[in-house]
Amino acid sequence: MTVTTGLFYVFSTIMLLAAFRVITARNPIHAVLFLVLTFFQAAMIWMLLKAEFLSITLVLVYVGAVMVLFLFVVMMMDINMENLRHGFWKHFPFAAIVGVVIALEMSAVLMGGFRVVEDPAGSVGAAAPAAANVSNTKELGKLLYTQYLYPLEVAAAILLVAMIAAIALTLRARKDSKFISASDQVRVKARDRLTVVKLAGTKPAVVPSADAPSAEK
Amino acid sequence: MILTLGHFLSLGAILFALSVIGIFLNRRNLIVLLMAIELMLLAVNTNFVAFSHYLHDMHGQIFVFFILTVAAAESAIGLAILVLLFRNKSTISVDELNTLKG
Repeated sequence: MTVTTGLFYVFSTIMLLAAFRVITARNPIHAVLFLVLTFFQAAMIWMLLKAEFLSITLVLVYVGAVMVLFLFVVMMMDINMENLRHGFWKHFPFAAIVGVVIALEMSAVLMGGFRVVEDPAGSVGAAAPAAANVSNTKELGKLLYTQYLYPLEVAAAILLVAMIAAIALTLRARKDSKFISASDQVRVKARDRLTVVKLAGTKPAVVPSADAPSAEK
Repeated sequence: MILTLGHFLSLGAILFALSVIGIFLNRRNLIVLLMAIELMLLAVNTNFVAFSHYLHDMHGQIFVFFILTVAAAESAIGLAILVLLFRNKSTISVDELNTLKG
């Protein structure tokens, strides 16, 4: 039993416990925090697999950005959990049976079929054995910017579309605000505000001669 | 005892099964459903990284990179829709989403 094996068992035990708490936590904020723990353990396991770049990307992008987004959204909402958890444990036996069957069947096949053990020659880097001295990040970058350049640009476009969609979905113009547009104020012309109305000339009203002196007094 | 590819694949399988259970249990709570989907994607990514390591093929890690991109976009749009839903209905219960029911 090597150190790596022990670390694998520690990380995967914490990861599975945290994942279990994610799906059963009563408070959604706790669920998000356990999800952060799960992702952290996954990053550690990827580090054991010598995928340094993806491991650090998982921490930076997922734990740093996506999980904080989740946390913001959860904290922004006033969620009534009692209503949402109504009938929670009613479905548990069925769900547990389905989950255990999935896990056991997949594990039986995978543990039996994939007894590949890492050979010592290629253990320096996760890359191809020919380039054992090149770091994982360099190898990934070389592939990403040569062979996968077009998919990389498509991925950038996907991120842009997601950003525009998220902003466009949640943007709203408030009807009741007293906001005044400064540029509209500066650009205003006098003729927009002041209208000179030409009126037809009217004769002064003909007053009865008898009332006129008394009105002046 | 040495680590084989089967260990990592079994970990991914158990994680995937846990998130399937999570989707069953939290059928009403949309935000936990999104979290369970993130867990599923993590399980798949773990499988990709494990295969990439043991078969000495970097293309698996490239694929993980793109899955991370798409998952980030998915969660951003999903959370935006969730905020919009909460603003209009004041709840995130899936049971309330029956406006399109005939």
